[in-house]
Amino acid sequence: MIMLSDYLALIDGTNLTPQLDPTQIEIKDAYVSDMLSDVMGSAKPGQAWITIMKHLNVIAVSSMTGVEAIVFAKGSAPDPAVIDKAIEEEICLVLSPKSVFELSGILYQALHK
Amino acid sequence: MAEYWNINPEHESAVRDFFTSVPEADVVLDFEIGEKDFVNSGKGSAEVKNTLKRLGIGPETLRRIAVASYEAEINVTAHSQGGRMDSYLYDEFILIRFTDKGPGIADIEQAMVPGFSTADDLVREMGFGAGLGLPNILKNSDALHIVSAQGESTRVEIMIFYGN
Repeated sequence: MIMLSDYLALIDGTNLTPQLDPTQIEIKDAYVSDMLSDVMGSAKPGQAWITIMKHLNVIAVSSMTGVEAIVFAKGSAPDPAVIDKAIEEEICLVLSPKSVFELSGILYQALHK
Repeated sequence: MAEYWNINPEHESAVRDFFTSVPEADVVLDFEIGEKDFVNSGKGSAEVKNTLKRLGIGPETLRRIAVASYEAEINVTAHSQGGRMDSYLYDEFILIRFTDKGPGIADIEQAMVPGFSTADDLVREMGFGAGLGLPNILKNSDALHIVSAQGESTRVEIMIFYGN
């Protein structure tokens, strides 16, 4: 397990939801997919969700599955309305310039060292 | 009219008893669902989830209910001409009923097959329409009842026990 704040430091990450504190969010695992129905069926609480999808329904999917952190890859940021919804739902949004592959690899190493 | 049933054997008699004489619920929540209204779709499921959370339902049961409910809400949004969602909270379980204005499911057994989808391009671009909605509902529910026919409305009823 690592804290989201430690992961942020490894991926040049920006917290898009500064109202939420990444030093308080535990990351035990991740789920990586852009297919929302796949995420709905398989994502679990305690996982970070790494994706390039960034529309409003992404927040609902996180909320329903209990995912507390979404990492947007390749510097592709969601609209302010999406960020507002995430704050309301207490889901921390992270933006990183790295690819989904790099983000996954870095987290995998951090969790398994 | 075609009808589909799937019941978790563990709750078979409770489910049959319930549908034989439906008792009055302790709490009832209802929501309208608009055709292709992806902005508001999910609000009904979020309200159900938050209500159950306040009532002390555990996180794994909450996840099952939220996932099944949201998938069904998205189905009404993506595939129908709009409809409604009525949630009935009981002591031991929740029943969520989705009723839409059509156009109905041509073949329910086929719709249950993982990967089968009739979703349009808009729905697929959003990351839905993978043909996993109904299978996800099946996986997370204790009872799933679907009544539909081509050109008619569809009724989907989902029952989930809190104890699992």
